[in-house]
Amino acid sequence: MIVVLTKDSMIIQREQDVVPFRNRVKEYAVKIGMSLVNQTKLITAASELVRNMLKYSNGGNTVIEVVSKGRENGIRLSFIDKGPGIKDVELAMKDGYSTGRSLGLGLPGAKRLVSEFDIKSAVGKGTTVTITKWKNG
Amino acid sequence: MDRIPVLQMGKFLLVTIQVDLYDRLALNLESDLVQMVSKTGARGVLIDISALSIVDSFMGRIIGNIGNMSKIMDAETVVVGMQPAVAITLVELGLELRGVSTALNVVKGMELLHKKIGSLEDTTEEEEHDDSSAD
Repeated sequence: MIVVLTKDSMIIQREQDVVPFRNRVKEYAVKIGMSLVNQTKLITAASELVRNMLKYSNGGNTVIEVVSKGRENGIRLSFIDKGPGIKDVELAMKDGYSTGRSLGLGLPGAKRLVSEFDIKSAVGKGTTVTITKWKNG
Repeated sequence: MDRIPVLQMGKFLLVTIQVDLYDRLALNLESDLVQMVSKTGARGVLIDISALSIVDSFMGRIIGNIGNMSKIMDAETVVVGMQPAVAITLVELGLELRGVSTALNVVKGMELLHKKIGSLEDTTEEEEHDDSSAD
């Protein structure tokens, strides 16, 4: 069972919000004693997802949680937007696929960098991506 | 407007990125660098990213772009000082820094740049020498 220890949220509206958001995530990761490599992976994944949010839906809301499962602590991040949604999630998760003019690494890359990855999207309603990185995972 | 300073050192341009870049800053750096290469006729660009705690796909793309653009402008690009955690993350993310050479630190990066353009320099110097002797 996953228990939420602390919960914080941050609204992302402009590209200038990306760096403060990354710093906030880092603070929490440091607080739970996550290793530098895992921190870097988590923050990079967060950066990709927050960038997606800005690019495809002009921003949205993010939730940063410190969670615990048994003896393991971790960081869970949610990215909630009310953008156009993703028509074909399976396709969007493929390497090199992009409807924007980017490298198409954002979603699949972010998935590889974290322990757990969940995406829910409804066309016309928005997309929610939730990732979890365990301290030692 | 915020800008990352670009220093000229002889035939090289030196950029030290000391803050985490947001998009606008990165895009400015890209265009500034290419313009500086054109203006100064620089043969090499050295980018020090030792202070960057993360490189995501956007930043990776900017670095790749700088490399490719400089190449077209006849300059080599070397990225130095990547943190180990960043390298691990980049590989898992699936990002290859195509068109960019890397070196461990500034000193090795400079050596690499000298080596890369050194061979070209030798031949041009010889040609010039031939011209003057013909005169």
